[in-house]
Amino acid sequence: MHEFITQSWSWWFSGFLISVIMFLLLYFGKSFGFSSNLRTICAAVGAGKTAKFFDFNWKGQIWNLVFLVGAILGGTISATVLRNDEPVRISKETISDLMELGIAAPESLQPSELFGFDAVFSLKGFLILSIGGLMVGFGSRYAGGCTSGHAISGLSDLQIPSLIAVVGFFAGGLIMTHILLPFIF
Amino acid sequence: MKLIKFLITGIVFGIVMAKSEAISWYRIQEMFRFQAFHMYGIIGVAVVMGALGVWLIKKYHIRDYSGNPIAFYPKDKSVIRYLVGGTIFGMGWALSGACPGPMVVNIGYGYFAMAIVFFFAIVGTYLYGLIKDKLPH
Repeated sequence: MHEFITQSWSWWFSGFLISVIMFLLLYFGKSFGFSSNLRTICAAVGAGKTAKFFDFNWKGQIWNLVFLVGAILGGTISATVLRNDEPVRISKETISDLMELGIAAPESLQPSELFGFDAVFSLKGFLILSIGGLMVGFGSRYAGGCTSGHAISGLSDLQIPSLIAVVGFFAGGLIMTHILLPFIF
Repeated sequence: MKLIKFLITGIVFGIVMAKSEAISWYRIQEMFRFQAFHMYGIIGVAVVMGALGVWLIKKYHIRDYSGNPIAFYPKDKSVIRYLVGGTIFGMGWALSGACPGPMVVNIGYGYFAMAIVFFFAIVGTYLYGLIKDKLPH
């Protein structure tokens, strides 16, 4: 049993649980949308003074910040009690593609070329992480949601705007992966 | 302790994201290179189950735990904001390997470099709020 839960989880079981999380939040009278937390955090630290967009009753969103804290704890539980030191088993094609970019085959969950100590304290490494974050934060609010709000909640409700946003997510991802990454690495 | 249920739901979310490897930069690269079914399977099952459930909630007017009808709000009709915003988001997703949820799960997992990504995601959201009125929506 312990091995069953510590090994990496199958796509169908994980996908099923994500829909359960969405339904639980609906049952609690809320909705599944993680990137709203970024706006809430801006509001909570006083961004409402400089931009009207952050001048709202953010305390009504505390439930989502609590969900965020839970997500952090879930990560910690996965790295301790449920730990599995197996490298991520990505496809051979991906491994050879990434090697061409100078990223070695996985040894754990994340590449040290991006998230290791040396990378973080190099100018290039820092720029990759900070620009990546800027684009996710800016883009998710411009599009009105991220993977949870649009790809999961929005598509489940068959919303056309969410479908357009998801097309955008993929367009951006493909541009970055196939056109820009070879110049960056 | 009305909030504890959100903490527990968040913990389950974090564990699912980590154990499914959806928080891995490698998995996101594999997805954008169409070299495995894994990520498509996760999102696909979530959406199919989600759509079925939302249809049932609407059909049977299912209520939430406090007795209010579960409501769905149609998003504003537009193309430009979803397409442009989505594209910017997707570029950041493929570069950093994480959308907002997985960022914090990574921090909890011990990948503290993700705190930089998360901090700048907050900054990015703030920049959007600053120039929002000048952007086409």
